[in-house]
Amino acid sequence: MSIAANVPQAVVRRRRVVNAIACSALGLAVVIALIPLAAVLAYTINKGADRISWQFLYHSMFGVGPLDPHGGAYHAILGTLEQVGLASLMAVPLGLLVAIYIVEYGQGRLRNAVRFLIDVMTGIPSIVAGLFIFSFWVIGLNQGFSGFAAALSLAVLMLPVVVRSAEEMLKLVPNDLREASYALGVPRWRTITSVVLPTAASGITTGVMLAVARVTGETAPLLLTAFGFDAIRRSPFEGPQSGLPLYVFAQAGSAFDVAVQRAWAGALTLIVLVLALTVIARLVAARTKAT
Amino acid sequence: MLVLIVAIAAFLIVRAVPAFREAGLGFFTENDWFPDAVPAQFGIAALAFGTVLSSVLALILAVPVALGSALFLTELAPPRIGRWTGYLLDLLAAVPSVVYGLWGVYFLVPKLTGVSRFLDDNLGFIPLFDSRSNTYGRSVFAASVVLAIMILPIIAAIAREVFRQVPRADREAALAIGATRWETIRLAVLPYSRSGIVGAVMLGLGRALGETIAVALVLAASFKIDFHIFEPGGNTIAANIATKFGEAGVQGRQALIASGLVLFAITLVVNVVARSVVYRSGIAAEGKP
Repeated sequence: MSIAANVPQAVVRRRRVVNAIACSALGLAVVIALIPLAAVLAYTINKGADRISWQFLYHSMFGVGPLDPHGGAYHAILGTLEQVGLASLMAVPLGLLVAIYIVEYGQGRLRNAVRFLIDVMTGIPSIVAGLFIFSFWVIGLNQGFSGFAAALSLAVLMLPVVVRSAEEMLKLVPNDLREASYALGVPRWRTITSVVLPTAASGITTGVMLAVARVTGETAPLLLTAFGFDAIRRSPFEGPQSGLPLYVFAQAGSAFDVAVQRAWAGALTLIVLVLALTVIARLVAARTKAT
Repeated sequence: MLVLIVAIAAFLIVRAVPAFREAGLGFFTENDWFPDAVPAQFGIAALAFGTVLSSVLALILAVPVALGSALFLTELAPPRIGRWTGYLLDLLAAVPSVVYGLWGVYFLVPKLTGVSRFLDDNLGFIPLFDSRSNTYGRSVFAASVVLAIMILPIIAAIAREVFRQVPRADREAALAIGATRWETIRLAVLPYSRSGIVGAVMLGLGRALGETIAVALVLAASFKIDFHIFEPGGNTIAANIATKFGEAGVQGRQALIASGLVLFAITLVVNVVARSVVYRSGIAAEGKP
């Protein structure tokens, strides 16, 4: 009270006003940040719901002219599932191995260098990954455009994300568990496969799902590797293939309303796929933390 | 890992050499893009300019909002609400870029036309805001707004991590001597996390520089160096690769790879610097969305 009495009332009031203004400005920033999320979701659902149907999900664009009202995204959905699946098959085991190296075996300079490079790799633009696979695989090794080439470029993008999230999870495994295992005379590799990995499994699953969600929406690398194709192509190894993001991009670039409607329906399908993966991943993570 | 990065650089360089040889130094000074014409005429001057301009504008728009919301969620909001709102913000990063592009063209561009016209009418005496054709729409400004929305969750996520590293004792000390909430943020939180914030912003910049599809959809491509951000037109290195790749011939593709190499070099530098800054601030920040 004696302290407060020495401070002029005007100063106290000004500090209070400044505090109120600043805090509301910060609150406003949250609101501004959330507006685009609401706007994107609402608009996409609104636009996409008009056109989406079983017919859309089960038919390709084979023989569909730009002005035809029918046509669908089956070939693109199939392509995306194959490409993302193959990319995961390559990136997840490799990424896990790198993460295990960093946490369990790596030491000193080399480990830090590997971690730093992984972080830098996270920032490589997706189109550069596409260009790399294009110049290395598509024309370098003369393999041509294919779904597999797309999977390669997606794997390049997935790898650092998988490594980083798996690394975080492995670090959370208490050292006591490892030491208890060593004390029983269990060799290192057995400790990793039967103690460390099972403990971190659900966290790693979350990280992998987030990585999958991220690459599912990638368009730029597909453009340079899968190239796009209007008919159903089941095999990812021979010839150009479509993918859902690529399909949306191609239809959106058209000047015709029906094509743009198809783009919206494709965008809705894509967003549902990606957000479902993301939300499930978060729920897995939240449940693990709770138990 | 190192092998992969070196391999990326090596393959791009090998493929880009013929284009560099063809264009010579003009590659860095020429605005137009006719790599398949005879004689070929192409360069990345306008593209690089557009890339930097749109990314910097995006940063100007995104950074205050990202930092403000990160501060609110870590310092002011109740922890539970803060965490869940944080998840919501992360969802913003999960939306595919092609969806942002589509949304940008059909929803945002018409909405921004009014804003652009207002700024042009009232601040048009500043060349930056002037639209000489009095047309607006698919401009660098619109692309920057889309980019800003896309990098916002990335900057905000890293900034939240950074703010969480501020020692509790620092905050409590500030509050104990009678500082208000805002004064605590200004005196205890911000100084401690300055370098982490710089790193977060640079990672956002790296993302904006390399964004392809959303920009390719939103911009009405043109090849000139132009500061009039409200006029339709402009282009970026990444968007140009996406739009020109399909129609490019052999030399066109080499030229696009050469431009991609330049983009790779720029983003590599930005990322290396950003990561070093974040590392030095003692935080293993997560660059993942």
